Amino acid sequence: MADNIRTVKHATCTFCGCVCDDMELTVDMDKKVITKAKNACVLGRAWFAEHHIEDRPAAMIDGKEVTVEEAIEEAAQVLAGAKFPITYGLSDTTCEAQRQAVAITDIIRGTLDTTTSVCHGPSGLAFQGVGESTMSLGEVKNRADLVIYWGGNPAESHPRHFRYAVTPKGMFIPNGKKDRTVVMIDVRKTPSAPVADILIQIKPGKDFELLWALRAKVKGKKVDPKIEEITGVPLSTINDLVERMKNCRYGVLFFGMGLTMTRGRHFNSGALLALATDLNEFTHFVAKPVRGHGNVTGADNVVSWQTGYPFGVNFSRGFPRFNPGEFTTVDTLSHGDADAALIIASDPASNFPKAAIEHLKTIPVISLDTKQTLTSKIAHVAFATATYGINTTGTVYRMDDVPIPLRPAFDSPYPSDEEILTAIRKRVHELILSRRGARGATGEAKVASKQVL
Amino acid sequence: MAAMLRIVNGSIHDPANDIDGEVRDICIKDGKIVDSLPENAPRLDAGGTVIMPGGVDIHSHIAGPKVNLARKLQPEDHRRDPHPGTDYTRSGSGGTVPSTFATGYRYATLGYTTVMEAAVTPLGALHTVEELHDTPVIDKGFYVLLGNNIYLQNLLKEGKQEEFRHAVAWWINRTKAFTTKLVNPGGDEPWKGKRNSNVTDIDEKSDLFNVSPRQIIEAFVKTVNEMGLPHPPHVHCNNLGHSGNYKTTLETMKTAGDLRIHLAHIQFHSYGGEPGKNPDSKAAEIAEYINNHPNISCDVGQVMFGKSTIMTADAPLAYLLRGFNKGKWVNADTECESGCGILPFSYQEHIFTHALQWAIGLELFLLSGDPWRIMLSTDHPNGGSFMSYPKLIRLLMDKTFRKEEIGKVNQKAIAKTNLPALDREYTLNEIAIITRAAPARALSLKNKGHLGPGADADITIYDDQEDKEMMFNAPRYVIKSGEMIIQDHEFTNDYYGRILHTAPAFDEAIAENIRPFFEDYYSIEFDNYGVADNYLHEHEIIPAKNS
Repeated sequence: MADNIRTVKHATCTFCGCVCDDMELTVDMDKKVITKAKNACVLGRAWFAEHHIEDRPAAMIDGKEVTVEEAIEEAAQVLAGAKFPITYGLSDTTCEAQRQAVAITDIIRGTLDTTTSVCHGPSGLAFQGVGESTMSLGEVKNRADLVIYWGGNPAESHPRHFRYAVTPKGMFIPNGKKDRTVVMIDVRKTPSAPVADILIQIKPGKDFELLWALRAKVKGKKVDPKIEEITGVPLSTINDLVERMKNCRYGVLFFGMGLTMTRGRHFNSGALLALATDLNEFTHFVAKPVRGHGNVTGADNVVSWQTGYPFGVNFSRGFPRFNPGEFTTVDTLSHGDADAALIIASDPASNFPKAAIEHLKTIPVISLDTKQTLTSKIAHVAFATATYGINTTGTVYRMDDVPIPLRPAFDSPYPSDEEILTAIRKRVHELILSRRGARGATGEAKVASKQVL
Repeated sequence: MAAMLRIVNGSIHDPANDIDGEVRDICIKDGKIVDSLPENAPRLDAGGTVIMPGGVDIHSHIAGPKVNLARKLQPEDHRRDPHPGTDYTRSGSGGTVPSTFATGYRYATLGYTTVMEAAVTPLGALHTVEELHDTPVIDKGFYVLLGNNIYLQNLLKEGKQEEFRHAVAWWINRTKAFTTKLVNPGGDEPWKGKRNSNVTDIDEKSDLFNVSPRQIIEAFVKTVNEMGLPHPPHVHCNNLGHSGNYKTTLETMKTAGDLRIHLAHIQFHSYGGEPGKNPDSKAAEIAEYINNHPNISCDVGQVMFGKSTIMTADAPLAYLLRGFNKGKWVNADTECESGCGILPFSYQEHIFTHALQWAIGLELFLLSGDPWRIMLSTDHPNGGSFMSYPKLIRLLMDKTFRKEEIGKVNQKAIAKTNLPALDREYTLNEIAIITRAAPARALSLKNKGHLGPGADADITIYDDQEDKEMMFNAPRYVIKSGEMIIQDHEFTNDYYGRILHTAPAFDEAIAENIRPFFEDYYSIEFDNYGVADNYLHEHEIIPAKNS
């Protein structure tokens, strides 16, 4: 069937936070598969190759096939009837779908959280505390002569990150990697190590101590020589790094979950962001968390612009409140609080702590996913949806907050997350309004006059 | 809401049509104002009210990457000021940088129906459009930052005026912008590339591009006037906030010759004194120059005491301000296009500089010889929130109140100004000019800022009250495109405003000249850049002269 081949240029890989938008996809339109993904990394190739049309129902209630409309009605009834509904996931879907999910949670006065709370949530908290000197990735390409990775292994987690930050020739970096010094700080020698000019191996759990010592040194303060023993990093190495940081022209600190999800968490992220800020007294210095999921950055942005807070938001009082540790999903579930869950493009049943999963199993779950997952298996209502970037258009945000439009490769028989969520949103709004017995009109009549909600 | 409505018995202030407080009917049909309606059309009795066109904010920061960073940065600001939803409207958070929904609804509660976002990077234009889609009620547009664009500066360096014109038009089309914005032109490269330094003189040439801020300003003024964009270059001058900067401001205005230019938040650019020392007021010099040059328009950028958020593409300025208390600070560089700085701030009555800034803003308003060219803004949220507009209006309309307020602030600062001697009180019609008619005219929005036949039925109806702050704080009715949004002070409907942009003609060949530069120095694909047509939804193209 070689005659029904389509090529999609400038397509976007939504697998990881790099959101590379230079894919050239070869699509067999008869078999509905992507046979080749030019420019993709090993993770991207697998992402594109594995997505084909599966033979499973578009909607199920308690494991039995139903129409999409029936499933939407049931989902809306569950959500509108719940006292403590939660919405979770969102990092692997489009901003358009995310906007609908926030709207639903606002209307049903639920609790909204994204996968940020289990990855770079601490960086979000640190951001609120100290701010961030940051940049779009093209600035690193054009200007950065000192690139530091801390607590991450991009060679395996974001294989093409180096094309933005290490290898490319840029406006003021005419020779590419030769013009940069790359420093890798981690607890072990990872497959990313070969890219580094300087490798600094730190004792596990001692990131904060090293960051604080660097801050002190940058400010010209004395540091107790015991820092060598505590962190496993020689003072000479610390001094050398400080001089390099102060004397570079454009320095950047990339940091990963090795920093945010180990002892210290948001203190670690905060110390790193503060270090980057301090260095601006001497030169231009920026920092950036290396975000994981394809559109987790979009989720942060959408939730922030609609509510004012990036994740862990509760609407039970009729307006958004932010309290990570209470309104973050792991905590909500572990405390046994939620009585219904809307899970979008995420699989908490497979990766949350045991107590959280146990509670999830006891409440009605509505799941939207492109694949069958442990979560969709325990779901009361399960929707199979089209894959963003492969089957649907929409917008995703790269880890540096740059929005990128999607170019789908082939159609899916399944609806998109956005379509399902829009339908649920309309229906829960009707149900909630009629329950509130709103003034002088039926809920439906009022909804008909809506243009924004 | 019926498609027709006759509003009767209200006192109309419609300065664009020379109507100053007359009682007459306003007829609305299908979202527009019309000459007449059948006698049996529904009526709204607006006896005892003051009716004005919906407000138009010519300079505000409400959507896009920097606004969202500022939102994320300040949970403490939101927590104090929740914005509950209603049956008709979404919930949100307030503070100096409200969530998108709260922004739209709060502007509506002040009677504003059109707002311009004043600074958007081309790379962030798509993000801005997405946020504007979630900003209800108001019509909206944005100005695209091009004053530090590396490709354009290279063209100026090479003297390629013609290509420059096409490239500027290409960028406006590609991003769906309303006009061009220049912020501290020429200042980004020293900030990003020369260890956080800055350009300090309008004639200082960049090592890299061999062009000065003056040459950049001149090129944009000439080009945008030739293209006949609905609004001239919107300029944030060099040296914002620095003592003695009024000279730079005067030079910037002189650079425009007799061509149209809009100076943003001019209060921040009207300081005398020596650099590094305490400033004094040069409001009189600045106001005089503007009064005598009808090609110039400006908004004041009034400082209001209390919490604000500094958010600006002028990154060196934000860093300077951050130095005062070393609090949290955001810097955000955008490749080839812009810098950005954000920090929480607060203006305090007892602080000399803050009181002086407050007084200079008021001086500029009171010395204005032409309300059509000196417009109301607080450079929201830089000088203060747009929610403080009603208080600002009272300061302008009520000299007794103003005197009381002057008495509360740093008197050494007041002594550096002529404010206590200025007895002028703005009339309702002058307020209608500086808050709606003039911005609409400066933006060439022919259907806004007035209540004549053909205008959009964007109408605000205030109870006539002695306390003008109370009056402007809570209109009784707000009508957007003929829809009753606020009735008896309560939301009765929601509305999705439209995006206003322009589309100047240009030679398509320029895209192929930009492409190789883009592929070398940007980090996304050329074909994925900008705002595609399918992102626009409701929108209106405000024509450029040559489109």
